[in-house]
Amino acid sequence: MTGFNWHAIKAIYLFELARFRRTLMTGLAVPVLTTSLYFIVFGSAIGSRMTQVDGIPYAAFIVPGLIMLSMFTESIFNASFGIYMPKFTGTIYELQSAPVSALETVIAYVGAAATKSMSVGFTIFATAHLFVDVPVAHPLAMLGFMAVIAVSFCLFGFILGIWAQSFEQLQIIPLLVIMPMTFLGGAFYSIAMLPEPWRTITLFNPVVYLISGFRWTFFGQGDVAIHYSLLFVLGMLALCSAVIGWMFRTGYRLKK
Amino acid sequence: MASIITISALTKVYASGFAALKGIDLTIEEGEIFALLGPNGAGKTTLISIICGNVNPSGGTVSVAGHDIVTGYRGSRTAIGLVPQELATDSFEKVIDTVRFSRGLFGKRRDDALVEKILRDLSLWDKRDARILELSGGMKRRVMIAKALSHEPRVLFLDEPTAGVDVELRRDMWGLVRQLRDTGVTIILTTHYIEEAEEMADRVGVITRGELLLVEDKATLMKKLGRKTLTIHLSEPLAVLPPALAGRGIVLAGEGWRLEYSFDTHAERTGISTVLRQLGDLGIGYKDLDTRQSSLEDIFVSLVHREEAA
Repeated sequence: MTGFNWHAIKAIYLFELARFRRTLMTGLAVPVLTTSLYFIVFGSAIGSRMTQVDGIPYAAFIVPGLIMLSMFTESIFNASFGIYMPKFTGTIYELQSAPVSALETVIAYVGAAATKSMSVGFTIFATAHLFVDVPVAHPLAMLGFMAVIAVSFCLFGFILGIWAQSFEQLQIIPLLVIMPMTFLGGAFYSIAMLPEPWRTITLFNPVVYLISGFRWTFFGQGDVAIHYSLLFVLGMLALCSAVIGWMFRTGYRLKK
Repeated sequence: MASIITISALTKVYASGFAALKGIDLTIEEGEIFALLGPNGAGKTTLISIICGNVNPSGGTVSVAGHDIVTGYRGSRTAIGLVPQELATDSFEKVIDTVRFSRGLFGKRRDDALVEKILRDLSLWDKRDARILELSGGMKRRVMIAKALSHEPRVLFLDEPTAGVDVELRRDMWGLVRQLRDTGVTIILTTHYIEEAEEMADRVGVITRGELLLVEDKATLMKKLGRKTLTIHLSEPLAVLPPALAGRGIVLAGEGWRLEYSFDTHAERTGISTVLRQLGDLGIGYKDLDTRQSSLEDIFVSLVHREEAA
């Protein structure tokens, strides 16, 4: 057999989606619930005293950040789990012995995880509309941005899943690195609100550029110029792709 | 018969520095059942894992159905079905779904008729909608075989197919393997149960410490290395072995009712007639004689011991 193994991509993709379907209730109920809680706490309780950020009602202002926060963690969690579980249970033997290339493997696993992550993003977006009017200045850019973010973080999660050798290692990066970076990256505030030197320090946090870019697609403005955001997103995409390429070439933690 | 797998100068050194394979050369013929026999840690699983793609080789080449396993991995892997030693299944999947999944993974179009046939042949059809976690260990192993067969491989690898399986299931498994061979599938199995190799294989390879000690037709191997034991059933029990018979490898057994004499079938003089004449001279009567070919197990143990002594 030569050529691209589409059947394998389809098989893995559907297998992963079936896995998500089994946990559909928690998979979608959790983001809806957390979004609602954030709205109650930040939007109503605190937001009522803040009214506006950069001329945007606070409750609407936090929507892009909320979507990003959930999509980061969902992407990482789903993609890392997807490849970690076969390693853990031993079923990875089948993937290793199948006529499937590295590219096909990545497309299937990352594609499935990104699909899940996008649907979580949409769910939050829809839930937010129950609480507040959210204008979207550039709908196509918003969709594109969501897709690229989902793919980038799923690639990152995939790397994590290959690297991790225990469930603890699987959790450590999303909880101890990504979560704080997101909270400090302006998910719930504009970095213009920070005093110096924190404002300059914050600019070293790559997540700032991602959230700012996504916010730009909603309100036509962000903390940093949109082309910086694009640069960071594409940079992350390229970096993760390169690392995955290296992992498959060397068999790093996939093959002895 | 044409060869389907050609292995030459294959080596594997793990990152730890452990040399698991030290230059394996082996050719597998299409349609045969080949048993790879060796103690634990001999390199059986490493060898299989390299051929199937689970472990990267350190040196040497392997080709399967005319495709190099590295440069032509799609071709070689498409030709192979693997049933690994460890039971590894997706617990929450349904039996039929996991078999369909495997077929897709190996690049084949969905074929419900074929999947049904495989499941029926493996007595899994009634369980097709059961989740794998509900199945017994033996059933799970059948599921793994079904997965390995789902893409119609030409070569099937069974790594320790009957490890930890009860006697009845082992018999079933042997029957199944023969049935598969009849359909033209080449089967390579590893085992450390000699009984299994003896029961099923056409050819046997003995591997220990990463080296193939020998590869031989099972029948030839047993003939070549075989020893036979002559058992003499006495009419009257003996209290002790008569001194005249001592020093020839004759032992008294069965509470004095039997004499057992072991001899090399290839020796110029087996010594049987001498033993029987001496019994006549001593006036020891016997009512029956039988000889027994030594098993592969005996052969194997002596081979491995010879290797260790060297």
